[in-house]
Amino acid sequence: MVGVVFVLSLLLFLWLRSLPGGTVSAILGERATPETRAALTKAFGLDQPIWVQYLRFLERAAHGDFGVSTGVLPGADAFQIFLDRFPATIELSAVALLLAVIVAIPLGYVSARRANSPLDSGLVVLSLIGVAVPVFFLAFLLKYQLAVEHQWFPVSGRQDNLGCTRVTNFFVLDGLLTREFDCSVSALKHLVLPSVALATIPFAVIYRITRASVSEVLSEDYVRTAESKGLTTRVVRGRHVMRNALLPVVTTIGLQTGGLLAGAVLTEQVFNWGGIGNALAVAFQRRDYPVLEVLILAAAGVYVLINLLVDIAYAVIDPRVRTR
Amino acid sequence: MSPTNPMDRRKERIDALAATSAAGPGGSLLEAGRVDEKPGVSLIASAVRRLRRNPVFLIGAAITLAFVVLAIISPFLAPHDPAANLLIDKVRPQTNPVPGPEPGFPLGADDAGRDLFSRLLVGSQQTLIVGVFATLFGLTGGLSLGILAGAFGGWVDALVMRIVDVLLSIPSLLLAFSIAAVAARPSQVTVIVAVAAVQVPIFARLLRGSMLAQRGSDHVLAARALGVTRRAIVFRHMVPNSLGPVIVQSTLVLAISIIDAAALSFLGLGNPNDRQPEWGQMLGRAQPYIYDNPHLAVYPALCIIVVALGFTLMGESLREALDPKTRR
Repeated sequence: MVGVVFVLSLLLFLWLRSLPGGTVSAILGERATPETRAALTKAFGLDQPIWVQYLRFLERAAHGDFGVSTGVLPGADAFQIFLDRFPATIELSAVALLLAVIVAIPLGYVSARRANSPLDSGLVVLSLIGVAVPVFFLAFLLKYQLAVEHQWFPVSGRQDNLGCTRVTNFFVLDGLLTREFDCSVSALKHLVLPSVALATIPFAVIYRITRASVSEVLSEDYVRTAESKGLTTRVVRGRHVMRNALLPVVTTIGLQTGGLLAGAVLTEQVFNWGGIGNALAVAFQRRDYPVLEVLILAAAGVYVLINLLVDIAYAVIDPRVRTR
Repeated sequence: MSPTNPMDRRKERIDALAATSAAGPGGSLLEAGRVDEKPGVSLIASAVRRLRRNPVFLIGAAITLAFVVLAIISPFLAPHDPAANLLIDKVRPQTNPVPGPEPGFPLGADDAGRDLFSRLLVGSQQTLIVGVFATLFGLTGGLSLGILAGAFGGWVDALVMRIVDVLLSIPSLLLAFSIAAVAARPSQVTVIVAVAAVQVPIFARLLRGSMLAQRGSDHVLAARALGVTRRAIVFRHMVPNSLGPVIVQSTLVLAISIIDAAALSFLGLGNPNDRQPEWGQMLGRAQPYIYDNPHLAVYPALCIIVVALGFTLMGESLREALDPKTRR
């Protein structure tokens, strides 16, 4: 795992070096003269051997020094942009993932129990459509129909302007902590549309894995035994079916976090969310490389971290993992 | 033992898919025609029989076929030149940026006064090209790496798979964005390359997995005992028998490529030259007008959704049919 992060940093470094015109042109743009070019090349240490540059890059990265933003918030520290915006994305992704899990697992179970029923077929088709719709288009549709046409939900942003106190920058949590409950409510209202849009793909994937996994477990001998010895449906479902069927589902949930981060780039852009996805989208459009650098490294880091958490969840669900 | 490395499970999933059809007796889709004489029911024969009765597969195949035919004949169907600014006189940037429908222009025009209906029709062509070439490039890269790893094993395998693992650890769409952002001059080619690069590690892992599953199998051992050269064993015995899951994955990748290309356009990383329309690009370009003229985005989006659904339905039912576990 350490190896992966290390190689990732190397890839990122090489990626930055291969950018059109290099860092110097990216910063100077049209105003480049041979003198300023040479000065900046020296200032950035780009005249040093490549391995020295890489080591310096690692050293800077370890100190959170990624340089100054050129496009997202010109002049601001790239790492600070990441810190400011990170909670917004975590809040959105967490709610989206929670939504997907809460809806997908019960539906997957019902689908497997009533395989080939109209309900099951309908849900399968729905889940396939969910994967085929571009996330940003769905986000736009929701926004257009429910926020612009009907005004049931706010159009964009994370919260109405209520003068709320900021503690953690997780707006829902902040409202609860400071007892400004109207702030929490407002933040929740703003969360509905983007999180539904973001939840579709994880929902589709988790639903289908749950369905496949449950139907496999349902055909096991021990489930038949449990049923024939007269255990209630609740006990069979909870203790025998779900506990065994959930392992692949948990794995899938971990894998979905990668997709969530990429989906957040598109969804946040539509809803002007002000998270790292939003920043990434703008950074890509305006070629803001310092910001891209820190955000991509952070995205990969989060992905690795979440999957570590999934491993821990394994131990909770599966006693066989714990004893080893 | 549960894998402790976070990336291992994505790998496991791909490997499981690879093992599915390598384990089957028929082995390759390409043998589908010959199985009729065999006394037992082979995996392929039963798959074909089930597919023929599977409405999901038939719908998916019909959509796919219609899309491919449309892409080929659309230049002859389109009432107008998709690049000609025929209604440019009606475009009023302040009051009416997007001309509405009128006789001869059933869906109106886009913001540059070009016939929307013709652009949608002809757009199928570039969309198919993006999907097919992205899949082909991903396939070629993945197959080369996978064959290298699967054929030689040992340190070659270890090295190739290490690279593949790192690529798998980056969320795929983010990787595509990053690659597209490197391009000094974005074009259709850079879009295809960015979308394809994401698929390389998946194909590589898939092929390597099913080739490894075959290394110890009887037909490979027999060929080796007969003194068949390594090249012949790899290309005539192992690769053809590994293609089943690869073909399944390809149909799914085609759908993903088309959607991913649209996402690139949405972020402004797509092909800026829109004389030859592509649905993802049309969708991306419609953004500024999306509130007053949503139809400009809705039509290409619907096209993308239907086509992606077609490929997905086909791919998923193929996968299910080829999975020995679902055989009844």
